[in-house]
Amino acid sequence: MSQTAAPPAPPAPAQDTRPVDPDQGLDAAELAAKYGLTVSGARPSLKEYVQQLWERRHFISAFATAKLTAQYSEAKLGQIWQLMTPLLNATVYYFIFGVLMGTKQGVPDYIPFLVTGVFIWTFTANSIMSGTRAITGNMGLVRALHFPRASLPIALALQQLQQLLFSIAALAMILVAVGVYPAVSWLIAVPALVLQAMFNTGLSLAMARVASKTPDVSQLMPFVLRTWMYVSGVMWSLPQLMTRSSLPHGLVKVLQYNPAAVYIDLMRFALIHSFKAKQLPPHVWAVAGGWAVLALVAGFIYFWKAEEKYGRG
Amino acid sequence: MADSTPTVITTSTKTGAPTVIADDVHVVYKVNGGSTKGRGSATSALSRIASRKATPGIREVHAVKGVSFVARKGEAIGLIGSNGSGKSTLLKAVAGLLPTAKGRIFTQGQPSLLGVNAALMNDLTGERNVTLGGLAMGMSREEVRDRYDDIVEFSGINEKGDFISLPMRTYSSGMGARLRFSIAAAKSHDVLLIDEALSTGDARFQRRSQERIEELRAEAGTVFLVSHSNGTIKQTCDRAIWLESGILRMDGPAEEVVAAYEEYTKKK
Repeated sequence: MSQTAAPPAPPAPAQDTRPVDPDQGLDAAELAAKYGLTVSGARPSLKEYVQQLWERRHFISAFATAKLTAQYSEAKLGQIWQLMTPLLNATVYYFIFGVLMGTKQGVPDYIPFLVTGVFIWTFTANSIMSGTRAITGNMGLVRALHFPRASLPIALALQQLQQLLFSIAALAMILVAVGVYPAVSWLIAVPALVLQAMFNTGLSLAMARVASKTPDVSQLMPFVLRTWMYVSGVMWSLPQLMTRSSLPHGLVKVLQYNPAAVYIDLMRFALIHSFKAKQLPPHVWAVAGGWAVLALVAGFIYFWKAEEKYGRG
Repeated sequence: MADSTPTVITTSTKTGAPTVIADDVHVVYKVNGGSTKGRGSATSALSRIASRKATPGIREVHAVKGVSFVARKGEAIGLIGSNGSGKSTLLKAVAGLLPTAKGRIFTQGQPSLLGVNAALMNDLTGERNVTLGGLAMGMSREEVRDRYDDIVEFSGINEKGDFISLPMRTYSSGMGARLRFSIAAAKSHDVLLIDEALSTGDARFQRRSQERIEELRAEAGTVFLVSHSNGTIKQTCDRAIWLESGILRMDGPAEEVVAAYEEYTKKK
C-alpha cells in the first residue's frame, strides 16, 4: 500500500504504514526490542574498543604503508625520497648550525650528534602534526565507514615510525661516513625507539581529538613545536648550555627531563660512542618509560572519550 | 494507548523481520562549525572573539524532517527525490554516521554505507586499493586474499589490459567507479546502503551490479539505493521512498512512487 503526504505530514490515517504520530513512537521502540534491533552509533566500552582496534590492526598497518607509499608517488625519483629527505635535512642543519653558527664547539662527533637529534625530533614533531590532521584530514573516511577512529592517529604515528626507519638507515650511512662504526650498543636504540613511538602515539591521539574540535590548533602547532625543538637540545648539548650560559641550574634540569630531550639523548647514547652515559640525566630509562606510558594511556583514554562524536555535526 | 497499535506498523508490503526502523528522524547539519578553515573574514572573526560568542557563525541545515519507516528483510528500497532533498543524509543517519537531532533509528546489526571510496588512495595501484578498501570495511587479510580475484574480475578493470597494477589516478571515472563498487560489494552486509553507485559505468556493468545487488539482497536482507535514475529504481527496487526537502512524500511500491515522482517533476 502507499499514501502520499504533503509537507508538513498530516495526521496519520488508521492504516498508515509509518509510525508518524508520537504515540506510535513507543511502538517503534517495542518493535525494535522484539527483533533485537539497536540504536547504532554508541560508544563502545574501553575494553571493547581495544578489541575492535586489535581486529583492525591489518587496516592500521595497511593504511600507514599506503600513506607512506603515496607520499612520493608523483616524484620522478619515487621512493628514493624516503632516504633523500632526511639526508638533505641533515645537510641543511649541519650547514647552519655546524658551519655558519659554529654550535659544534665542545661537542665531539658533532655531525652524528646533530643528525641524531634532528631525526629523533622530527619523529616526535611529525607524529604530533599528523595527529592534528588525523580526523580533520580524513573526514570523508570517518563519515563513510565504521571503524574505531583511533585507527587513524595510530596509523599516522605508525607511518612516522616507518618514515623514521628510513631516516635511521640514512643516519647509519652518515655515521659510517664520519667514522662511527656499528657496535653492540646500537641495540639500545630499539627499546628507546619503542618508548618514543609509544609517547608519540599517545600525543598523536590527544592532538587528533583536540584538533577535531578546534582545527585552528594545527595553525598554532608549528610555533609550539619550534619552541619545543630549541629547548630540547636538538642542535646543542643542554649540559654544555648550562656551563656556558647564565641559565639557572634547575631550569636546565627540567629541560633535560622533557620527553623530547630524553629520547634524543638515549638515541645519541646508543649510537655515538663519544656520547657517554654520564651525559645522560639520572634515572633516564625510568623517565623515558614514564613519559611513554603516561602519554599513551592518557592520550588513548582522552581520544576514546569522544569516539562517538568524531565526524558528526 | 500504544498497546493497541503495534499491528498498524507491521502492516507493510513485506512480512519479513524488520531490519531498520526509523522513528520520526530529524537530522540537523551544522555548517561551518569549525571543520572548514578560513571561512569568514578576519574582522568578523575578531569581532566574534571580542564579543565572546560561543558558537561563531554556525548555520544549521535541517536536512531530514521527521521521517519514519520500517524496512524489512528482503526488501530493496529506492530513495528518490530532487537534489538536496536529504536522501544521502538519511542514508548516513541510518548508517549511524550522522547523529539524529530528534527521533531514533533502530537497526539490525551495523548497516554499511557503500562508501569505501573514501578509503581509497588515487596514488596507489588498483591492486593495493583492493586490499586497503577490503581492510577498511573490516575484512581480514585472508578474506581479502580469497576475494581478490573475484573483485578484480567483477570490476572488469583488466578486460582492456593490466590496469589493476596502475595507480588509480590513471583510471577513467567509469573504471574508478566500477572498482569502488566491486570492492564495496565484495562483503555481505545485513543492511547495505548504496549512494548513487550505479550512475556511472557502462550498460554492461550496470546490469552486472544490479545482479550483484539482487544477490546481496538475497544473502543479507535489506538494500537501500539512492539514485536519480528512475529506471534503475524501478528495475532494482520493489519499494521506493520519496523525499522532498527532508520530508517523506510517499512510501510504497516502486512503480507507483516513481510514477508519482515523475508526475511531480514534470509539473515543475
